[in-house]
Amino acid sequence: MINGILGKKLGMTQVFTEEGNVTPVTVVEAGPCTVVQKKTVEKDGYNAVQLSFLNKNAKKVNKPVAGHFKKHKASTCRFLKEIRCDAEKVKEGEVIGVDIFKTGEKVKVSGTSKGRGFAGVLKRYGFAGSPASRGSHEAFRHGGSIGQCAYPGKVFKGKKMPGHMGSVKVTTTNIEIAGVKKNENLMLLKGPVPGSNGGFLIIKKIVE
Amino acid sequence: MNAIEKIESEQLKKKKVSPFKAGDTVRVHLKIKEGEKERIQVFEGVVIAKKHGGVRETFLVRKVSFGVGVERIFPLHSPRIEKIVVVRKGKVRRAKLYYLRKLKGKAARIKEASKVGQK
Repeated sequence: MINGILGKKLGMTQVFTEEGNVTPVTVVEAGPCTVVQKKTVEKDGYNAVQLSFLNKNAKKVNKPVAGHFKKHKASTCRFLKEIRCDAEKVKEGEVIGVDIFKTGEKVKVSGTSKGRGFAGVLKRYGFAGSPASRGSHEAFRHGGSIGQCAYPGKVFKGKKMPGHMGSVKVTTTNIEIAGVKKNENLMLLKGPVPGSNGGFLIIKKIVE
Repeated sequence: MNAIEKIESEQLKKKKVSPFKAGDTVRVHLKIKEGEKERIQVFEGVVIAKKHGGVRETFLVRKVSFGVGVERIFPLHSPRIEKIVVVRKGKVRRAKLYYLRKLKGKAARIKEASKVGQK
């Protein structure tokens, strides 16, 4: 079975549960996705399906990518991702809908986190910084010492320092599905998911 | 209408909520679940604030119970609220009546809105 789908984050809102409690939810446009390519152990060394999401103007695709779509007789798309799964019965060209998920199921969601640019150590790693008063000057948001002295005479690799933050793949696990709307291809996920509104997401079932 | 607006409009109360504003005395009928049984509890007091809009709209009701001020925030569109009855229309000049918290007894009264021009 295919255990994942591609989607787009639309934004957040709130819904009332049956008991009348307010639940924060993220609205995700999930699917329909077309199976572009099927990968098998015999041919490719692993099992996977390649899914496409949201059509893209064929003129805007470069030739190597267009060739790939042409080979598999699929239309060009904006978001193309592989999902590892052993799907024997699935054929190329098949359409996967949001109805592979049920309300109440737990999923993991991957997306590209919001970019923070060049961030300092307080924002990037949660360092405490220095006191704002009691004689401190110049260094309020610095990270402190970055090493010792003549021995070891270098800064150790992996030392947490300022740098680019965000815009990386982030996966959040154990997100509960608060609702599935098949006709509108919508999915309500409890709580937040990585990335900005309009960002692409990979939603997978949790395999136990 | 985009998808989020549609989801929010589905959550709104189907029945029209009788309009009320800060200063009005309301009786809120709440559904309370006790095990299997469901009963109605009534909370009566003065609306001292209304906040947010759309599906997020809430209102804050204050009453003085045995000399102790009690305030409760209700989501306007909560399915747990069965109905809201406006008992008395108040005449106030503020949208938020937080000043009532400091007042006691006679000073904490609110003038009734004149009935002229009302249904």
